[in-house]
Amino acid sequence: MTVTLTTAGPLPPLDDAEGTYDVAVVGAGVVGAAVARELARHRLRTALIDASDDIGNATSKANTAILHTGFDAAPGSLEARLVREGRDLLAAYAAETGIPVERVGALLVAWDEDQLAALPGLRDKAERNGYHASRIIGADELRAREPHLGPGALGALDVPDESIICPWTTPLAFATQAVRAGVHLHLNCRVRDVTADADGHTLTTSRGPLRARYLVNAAGLHADEIDRLLGHDVFTVTPRRGQLVVFDKLARPLVGHILLPVPGPAGKGVLVAPTVFGNVLLGPTAEELDDKTATGSTADGIRLLREKGRRIVPGLLDEEVTAVYAGLRAATGQEDYRIQEYPGLRYVAVGGIRSTGLTASMAIGRHVIALLTAVGLDPGEPHDLPPLTMPNLGEAFPRPYRDAALIAGDPAYGTLVCHCEQVTLGEIRDALASTIPPHSPDGLRRRTRARGGRCQGFYCGAAVRALFEEERP
Amino acid sequence: MTGEAREVDVLIVGAGPAGLAAGAELAAATAGRVEILEREQEAGGIPRHCHHGGFGGRLDRSAYAWASAAGSAYARRGTTGPDFARRGVAAAVAAGAALRTGVTVTGWAGPRTVETTGPAGLERITARAVILATGARERPRSARLIPGARPPGVYTTGELQQAVHLYGQRIGTTAVVVGDEPVGHAAVATLRAAGVHVVAMVTDRTAPALRLRSPRVPLLTGATVTGLTGRARLSGVALRHEDGRTTTLRCDTVVLTGDFVPDHELARRGEILLDPGTRGPAYDAAHRTSRPGVFAVGNLLHAVERAGYAAQEGRAVAVPVLHRLAGTEGPAGGGRRLVVDAPLRWIAPNMTGPDGARPPGDRFVLRTWRRLPRPLLVVSQDGRELHRQRLLSTAVPGRPFTLRADWVDHVDPDGTDVRITAL
Repeated sequence: MTVTLTTAGPLPPLDDAEGTYDVAVVGAGVVGAAVARELARHRLRTALIDASDDIGNATSKANTAILHTGFDAAPGSLEARLVREGRDLLAAYAAETGIPVERVGALLVAWDEDQLAALPGLRDKAERNGYHASRIIGADELRAREPHLGPGALGALDVPDESIICPWTTPLAFATQAVRAGVHLHLNCRVRDVTADADGHTLTTSRGPLRARYLVNAAGLHADEIDRLLGHDVFTVTPRRGQLVVFDKLARPLVGHILLPVPGPAGKGVLVAPTVFGNVLLGPTAEELDDKTATGSTADGIRLLREKGRRIVPGLLDEEVTAVYAGLRAATGQEDYRIQEYPGLRYVAVGGIRSTGLTASMAIGRHVIALLTAVGLDPGEPHDLPPLTMPNLGEAFPRPYRDAALIAGDPAYGTLVCHCEQVTLGEIRDALASTIPPHSPDGLRRRTRARGGRCQGFYCGAAVRALFEEERP
Repeated sequence: MTGEAREVDVLIVGAGPAGLAAGAELAAATAGRVEILEREQEAGGIPRHCHHGGFGGRLDRSAYAWASAAGSAYARRGTTGPDFARRGVAAAVAAGAALRTGVTVTGWAGPRTVETTGPAGLERITARAVILATGARERPRSARLIPGARPPGVYTTGELQQAVHLYGQRIGTTAVVVGDEPVGHAAVATLRAAGVHVVAMVTDRTAPALRLRSPRVPLLTGATVTGLTGRARLSGVALRHEDGRTTTLRCDTVVLTGDFVPDHELARRGEILLDPGTRGPAYDAAHRTSRPGVFAVGNLLHAVERAGYAAQEGRAVAVPVLHRLAGTEGPAGGGRRLVVDAPLRWIAPNMTGPDGARPPGDRFVLRTWRRLPRPLLVVSQDGRELHRQRLLSTAVPGRPFTLRADWVDHVDPDGTDVRITAL
């Protein structure tokens, strides 16, 4: 296994055989990583590049972490199809690699008569999306299944297969498998310009030129800018900010399901959901912005979320808040993905991948390979990738600190460093020595949960930083 | 895996000042096997990284003398935190307590049985008496709901002190300290020790909590933190002043001090009743919680009092624990709840004890949400006044004050909650 992962310095020279790639994938978020993993199954020279210092470091790291059934997608849309296919692919992949998934189910709660009257329509829409397990339940059953729900709920649409998933392990698993199979990962590599000629594309990056015969644009929030560099003016990405509040693990018994509002004219609304880490999530807001860097939270956003949360699960507001964060969705003004192939250009644009992108990622990967083939790439026969097992970050699955056999073999797995999240020295060392190691303490947090708990570093912050810096002087 | 099962007489969770003192006292009283579990690699608790004075000094004048004298004497009396921690460890070990570090209690497996994880493996330890001494922590930025960007450079005092004093890490160049309680001044001292320029100390209070001042650091009162800015690194702290003006202080480091909460996770996981005011376990003068045989001491009870006070509580728990071991414990469940009316914030202990037991020093400790000049404290039960007492000083937020306990004998054991009101 030769792993090529660069974070600084010039890229492989163009005259080198290694220097010209068959395919370059711009953007190492969950979608770009899924595309790269799919390409890794073929005998191709592939580069996965990203402007930041880590994979999944923008939209992918800050979402609601739901593995959707796609019950509420627009029937007949590309998104509906890819979410449906992607859900099955990712569920199977998660089971195989150890990505934590919990099938907690969703309840779309109706709080007034209008919302109650909208439930049959939503159930019918689910049917048209090929999802047949949803059913309408009354107030009593709803109350029995969610005893901490606020007063006034009239009924709900039960979607038993809606699940929660680890948003950090998923892109990391894709990228790890891709890189182990020979894909080159270049981080801190921002694309500034693209020029196309008869043989392919020359990308001018912050780390020098990169040559590729085919190009996949999975640049998320910046997909429209890359697309314009190739001469198109098809879509504009308008960042839609979603602020979220994460409540302490002690709040977890208050919430059994993903509690969704009935969607209205104002959009999908604010949900309350468990996380695979054992917390409770409240959010997101939906704010149209024009700044693609505006990932901060606001006082108004937090106030709005707390108002909504108080109505949905009043007891939640008495619990401590562990984290407040904001993510930006890549909205394009069209209620569907913007995936487009360009035959003359050997180019596929993957734009407008919104919050369902995590669920759809693997299906998008397959779809993109098909489109690359359609524009002339001969990928050859696919082969199986070597199996992969990811470290488990999920609270519902065995973790090292409770594994006597593992600790007996290596006492580092019995040495707790982060007490709130029960992260051991062994896990931190493993992450620092992994195929795609973290390049910041935040990256380490997304690989281990270390420093991500209720104390946010009061106890372990300095120790975790010391371990990180020891590894990267 | 369930791990190895063992039994001890007394199990103490947490080797900070309170847990160590309890262990020392009980081991000296030959209470059988007294075991103290500490999840950190080194025992001693928070004082380990408090490199300033003021620990365990002349607190003998009166148990609570520091409360009124905290100001100028804060950092000069007594010894340093690390020295205080070492003495506490030495005393517990010398008395014969078994001190085990690097061992974390991860949950309960019975009423007085805990599950642990350590480098040597998993265990289930059952004790005849369990003492929770899990301490307190400062609320981080997220829990304080401070909006804005999430760049590096944001600390609590606890993390800052460990980074500087235990790990020698680089901090930054210019800092803002939020909060003006003693711990805020300790943060200033630590920042200076790390060569960081302190731009200002800010507090949302309109008057400083203490007469204590850190020299050459401007104190901005009536200033609320409204947001943090910066991307790769913190670049500023946005403030709103009382008159509505907004400013941004440029800095690469911010330390959020004070606002302590009890580390009550284990208590809650054990479904032990909490007091709504302190958010620590509800407890009586014998340090008993709602679970028979489980006691609680130190800053888990009331975040946050000084180390000397926590240690005193640790010593005080020995007698009731010995009663428990001897089978002479008073009956459980007879205590009346003590509840406070706003603007009082909490009272501790917050249950009446067995047989009219008095809290240590014959005083209850209280805190207030807002400033109360010479308040009249009234204790009543079912409309009957039990006690009234004029406080001779001003009660201020962030600083404890006390209430005499001699009215405890007059509480009707069959009555309802006892109310404490400030007039």
